[in-house]
Amino acid sequence: MRPSYFLTIVTLTVLALVSVLIGAAPFDLRDIASDPEALRLLLVSRLPRTFAALLTGAAMAVAGVIMQLLVRNRFVEPGTTGTTEAAMLGLLLVTLAAPAMPIVGKMLVAALTALLGMGGFLVLIKRLPPEQPLLVPLVGLIYSGIIGAGTTFVAYQADLMQYLGVWMSGEFSGILAGRYELLWLAGAMAVVAYVAADQFTIVGLGRSTSVGLGLNYGQVMALGLVTVSMVTALVVVTVGMVPFVGLVVPNIVARIMGDNLRASLPVVAGMGAGMVLASDILGRVVRYPYEIPAGTIFGAVGAAIFLWLLLGKPANGARNA
Amino acid sequence: MIEIRNVSHRINGTPILHDVTCDIPRSGITALIGPNGAGKSTLLNLVARLLPLEQGAIVVDGEDVSRTPSRDLALRLAIVAQQVGIASRLRVQDLVGFGRWPHHRGRPGPQDAAAVAEAISDFGLEDLRHRFLDELSGGQQQRAFVAMGFAQGTDWLLLDEPLNNLDMFHARALMARVHAQTRPSLDRPRSVVMVVHEINYAAGWADHIVALKDGQVSASGSPKDILTPATLSALFGMEIRVEQVEGRPLIMHHL
Repeated sequence: MRPSYFLTIVTLTVLALVSVLIGAAPFDLRDIASDPEALRLLLVSRLPRTFAALLTGAAMAVAGVIMQLLVRNRFVEPGTTGTTEAAMLGLLLVTLAAPAMPIVGKMLVAALTALLGMGGFLVLIKRLPPEQPLLVPLVGLIYSGIIGAGTTFVAYQADLMQYLGVWMSGEFSGILAGRYELLWLAGAMAVVAYVAADQFTIVGLGRSTSVGLGLNYGQVMALGLVTVSMVTALVVVTVGMVPFVGLVVPNIVARIMGDNLRASLPVVAGMGAGMVLASDILGRVVRYPYEIPAGTIFGAVGAAIFLWLLLGKPANGARNA
Repeated sequence: MIEIRNVSHRINGTPILHDVTCDIPRSGITALIGPNGAGKSTLLNLVARLLPLEQGAIVVDGEDVSRTPSRDLALRLAIVAQQVGIASRLRVQDLVGFGRWPHHRGRPGPQDAAAVAEAISDFGLEDLRHRFLDELSGGQQQRAFVAMGFAQGTDWLLLDEPLNNLDMFHARALMARVHAQTRPSLDRPRSVVMVVHEINYAAGWADHIVALKDGQVSASGSPKDILTPATLSALFGMEIRVEQVEGRPLIMHHL
């Protein structure tokens, strides 16, 4: 096995174990055989919460790396390209129009608006000069700011601001069995992405190279867009957005392993899962027994890592071969 | 043979090619020459189905480009387009390996590995094979992309300004390599069509020349017939002297 895969698995196992053991209620793993309350706590709260954090992190990191390959720009993720904001707008509108709609239906509406939002972003950046790659994230930030402002206005008028707060800050304290299972769908989307890993890598080389190799460029773009918007909508609906995961994790992995997704996607998913779970654990410990949302923790840590990525020197590829 | 028949093309309403008709012979090197904006790259991109054909027909070895499935065409024809803004961080070896993708579609076999190793050694990339693309110079990147095109193992290889960014050592090495692979005496000679700006590389190595001006074929034939003072002066709109050195034309365009 590759050392990077081994390291990923060991880290995730340790983090998952720690996550199961830490929480407001007292809990000891040795009790689960004798104490039905302890088993219930494990199955209803601790395990679902751990899985939710792992799935969220993995799926969002995968969505981020796919988006970066489709756009051919390292500094984009769903949260900086209007995709997340469009998902929230859709969710808000469907909550107003059809409050009784089941959560799956709301999620699909959010996925659809996320797709539209991302489509609008792609149309916008087509007009940008290719020799100015930093314009892409800047335009993305402004574009998502505009959609976000519109969403806030609607939420304010409808007195639904607290919903927006929930969707915007990724938080796992409310996760119980029965309230997070949609996230397994996000995990499944990440697995589908792995099947098409080569295609996404080739698309990252540009349209000319893709078509020259006989790839159905439009089809791979469509698969990528659907994956990213579904993952975004699923995460917004269930736990709320965790900022920077899709940006920071793929950049760290690309720096070390490059962009060949066949090799790097498992590490991207694993690192995303690990960093989000670690943020959640940290959020539970810092002010114990009170909690800080994982999204807040990751936002602070992620911003620092992102600055380091922007300012730091790229690693020498030959050394990491 | 590539048969180009009555091809016209517009980009954003601007006419680029008007009624282009020509044949590109099988085996050997065909150089597309002409001033900037003559439509050379557009013609190459149309042949490689990177642009949709608007008018006319292009047939490669009997297969109509606009009707042949893209996957099948990728086994007959490879293109190395001009690279703009390379954002990918792939190792050179992986990039060249993707040249084999039309053959294995995700499951490379021993013959794929052999083709990749050959392309890497042909283009002097052994020392760079584990380096990331975004850490290479423009010329090194260019060689990696050309090696990828060769690894695709197609009968036809289209190169859009392959000498861009190459120093004279690597430019000559590339032409010699392409020349060797296109000799009709080989079991399976390749056919290469390339856009060339440095006209003496065309004079030195090409078997056939197609000259484009203002979106039309202004001349086509052997280097001896095309690379004459009269034809070149008309093509580029300036006085050009041509000397003969070792039986080849030497174009004194820089003086």
